[in-house]
Amino acid sequence: MFPRPIQQSSPAVQWLYSIALPVALLIWLFPLLGVALTSLRPASDLAQGNYFGMPSGIAWENYIFIFTETPIGQYMVNSLWVTIPTVIGAVGLSLMTGFALAVYGFRGNILVFFMFVAGNFVPFQILMVPVRDMTLNLGMYDTWYGLALFHIAFQTGFCTLFMRNFIKALPYELIEAARVEGVAEWRIFWFIVLPLMRPAIAALSVLVFTFIWNDFFWATVLTQGVDSQPITAGLSSLNGQWIAQWHLVSAGSILAALPPVLMFFLMQKHFIAGLTLGAVK
Amino acid sequence: MAPGLFMFTVYVLWPIVQSITLSFYDWNGLYNQDGEFTGTFVGMGNYAELIRDPAFETSLWNNFYWLALYLLALPAGLLIAIFLNQTVTGIRLYKSLFFFPFVISQVVVGLIFAWFYAPNFGLFYLLTEWVTGDGTAILADPDLVTFGIIAAGLWPQIAYVMILYLTGLNNVAPDQIEAARLDGAKGWRMLWYVVLPQLRPATFIAVIVTVIGALRSFDLVSIMTTGGPFGSSRVLSYYMFEMALGEFGFRMGYGAAIAVVLFAIMMIFISGFIWKMWRDEKER
Repeated sequence: MFPRPIQQSSPAVQWLYSIALPVALLIWLFPLLGVALTSLRPASDLAQGNYFGMPSGIAWENYIFIFTETPIGQYMVNSLWVTIPTVIGAVGLSLMTGFALAVYGFRGNILVFFMFVAGNFVPFQILMVPVRDMTLNLGMYDTWYGLALFHIAFQTGFCTLFMRNFIKALPYELIEAARVEGVAEWRIFWFIVLPLMRPAIAALSVLVFTFIWNDFFWATVLTQGVDSQPITAGLSSLNGQWIAQWHLVSAGSILAALPPVLMFFLMQKHFIAGLTLGAVK
Repeated sequence: MAPGLFMFTVYVLWPIVQSITLSFYDWNGLYNQDGEFTGTFVGMGNYAELIRDPAFETSLWNNFYWLALYLLALPAGLLIAIFLNQTVTGIRLYKSLFFFPFVISQVVVGLIFAWFYAPNFGLFYLLTEWVTGDGTAILADPDLVTFGIIAAGLWPQIAYVMILYLTGLNNVAPDQIEAARLDGAKGWRMLWYVVLPQLRPATFIAVIVTVIGALRSFDLVSIMTTGGPFGSSRVLSYYMFEMALGEFGFRMGYGAAIAVVLFAIMMIFISGFIWKMWRDEKER
């Protein structure tokens, strides 16, 4: 193990480490804590210049205000409308593409695979004009499904990379044995491969959920109004209206950050497994 | 496989071709009544204009700073990973809390840092006031603004690199470490000669995601400064957006040309990645 386990060092060092940990964490998360505190500070405190002292009270009304006086609730619902279909769509499609690319050695297999991988890394801007134009022509501009369709297509690239490598790592004998028994291909996929894919599906679902929830660029390019804008774009436009009303900006930020954070805490193992795929050999 | 490939072709591959074509046209994004394309072919005109465009030059330089400084996430992430790679009570919670910044949206990160940098009461402002006697409003300073935004971007990026290295450290072969220890390797020498070579896969992924992250920087610029003050914090991705959909009107062809330049820069790194994957595939 590297570095040397702390238990082997002197008590003084151990004590120092146990102090250093929380201190480092506090510094690391300082900006976030500051915002969390500000979101609970009454507006009057900020007006009097009391930014960092003791708050004069805990102001849940900031949260109540942004829910009742601004469309933030609607934005969050919109976000869900985009995110959930995307997760289902991208994971579903990539299960099939991943299976095909991992199991069948057809000509151009590797080429198609690399296309998915490369597509995954292109700058969004090179897709922006044509995708926006196409979405407009299809009459899907400013709708949740217009946005979700694009996300599904784009995320399929990343998910295929993931699924294909995962299926490739499964014992191929399993599939061969089933073929010898005369099991149909789609049944092999459904009854043999799919049950083994559960961890991959879980990992990808959390990752895609977080990516899409946090997406800002496409939300700005493909949606406009309160009826379809997801939370990221919504928060940005609210930020324009709330000039310097930091207690509201903070409360909105915390709300927007909450779902992915919850997702991460609930599914931590899968999340990290997905993210660090390829970091070890 | 067909539906996935179809979607991907329609929404990703084909648009790339279209964008490249479009970069040779001058187009305002509209169609005439018959639904025909109204652009005019200008050949290399857009690119010729780019070379002479000072805003493009600023953006390109800023992208370069982003790229160079973003790579600091690697040593910083490794340092935190080493710091956290212990087995004491509660360490799991610490690790996940350290990872936090990566999970939250860049929009939120941008707002958090805008608050942190805010003139007159922002913590950073107060800090500089305390140290130098004169507060610095970093987001209003054309010379410093890009660095302020990069610092905000580094926060989640370091967290990402950290988690990659933590996983990597977990898989370092313990017998090799012990053997090196018996040979008297310690500290830096141990890290450099024994641990880092074993972390190569993690480093490789970290470099790729960091470079891509640096070149994709759009959200933070858009949230924190909208490219200002005086366009000094623009990056290519943001400048492209501004040209094609922003207040300067719909110059789709010009925007596409900027996107092609960015694409070409990214392609260098993408090819490197593909090349390595291809080598790995062949070895199997």
